[in-house]
Amino acid sequence: MAWVWFHKFGSPPHFYRLATRLTPWFAWPALMLCLYGLIGGLGFAPPDYQQGDGFRIIYVHAPAAWLSLMVYVVMATSAAVGLIWRMNVAHAVAASCAVIGASFTALALLTGMIWGRPMWGTYWEWDPRLTSELLLLFLYLGYMGLRNAIDDLSRADRASAVLAIVGVVNVPIIHYSVIWWNSLHQAPSVMKFGRPTMPASMLLPLLAMLAGFTLYFVALLLTRTRAEVLRRERNARWIVQALAKG
Amino acid sequence: MMRFLAMGGYAAYVWPCYALTAFVVGLNILWARRLLRSAQREARRRVSALKTASAL
Repeated sequence: MAWVWFHKFGSPPHFYRLATRLTPWFAWPALMLCLYGLIGGLGFAPPDYQQGDGFRIIYVHAPAAWLSLMVYVVMATSAAVGLIWRMNVAHAVAASCAVIGASFTALALLTGMIWGRPMWGTYWEWDPRLTSELLLLFLYLGYMGLRNAIDDLSRADRASAVLAIVGVVNVPIIHYSVIWWNSLHQAPSVMKFGRPTMPASMLLPLLAMLAGFTLYFVALLLTRTRAEVLRRERNARWIVQALAKG
Repeated sequence: MMRFLAMGGYAAYVWPCYALTAFVVGLNILWARRLLRSAQREARRRVSALKTASAL
């Protein structure tokens, strides 16, 4: 049946082995893509006609902002899977997302503030994009706080899953905020229909950074989830064998 | 080289962003590795405790 892979994925020993094997396959390409993106973005992309070399902040700001949203969607989706199918591994994935997501949301906010200073003349404005991204940070922190506050693991899983799923409404709000409302923030420059407005020498390093950060996140998530699965399966027999292999 | 570092007058904004990013990226790698190592150590400890208990 087509569902076999799904159940296999939900089996902790299988997940642990698979995650161990897959991690380097995400980590190394991530490093390559980011190296290419950095060299291309800092060295070879032409300066922007309005922002000069200041625009080069985009090569770290956009990937951080992308991760802040994507990690949240991954977290909410796996929390929903865990809730619906009572799948322990899915809850472990969701729990492992929060710290990564929160740190990249903070990074997106900070690099955005630094970028805003020379271009907008201010670090912070209560602008729709900025405010909704700040709310995202609070959602991550609330999720982590809620998990920490509940001692019983399966109750913590369920309660935090509901919070994660409800909070997902914020994701399209963040993405479309620059279109729906007047915002200081520029409109999307990559994820839109039609021809890209950047020359290839600007765009390709940016796409490489976005892909590189995504693969880097997967490697991080696999590592963190392995730790989380080990902690949850404290008394399982398979752990003896898994540890013997390292 | 100096011109590259000057970033067309935006050096004070561009480089802090890159430094912050390197910091967060590196920190996440360290965190994840430390978390996995401590979970493995803890699991090993428990496994050997279980073995001793069953041998008794």
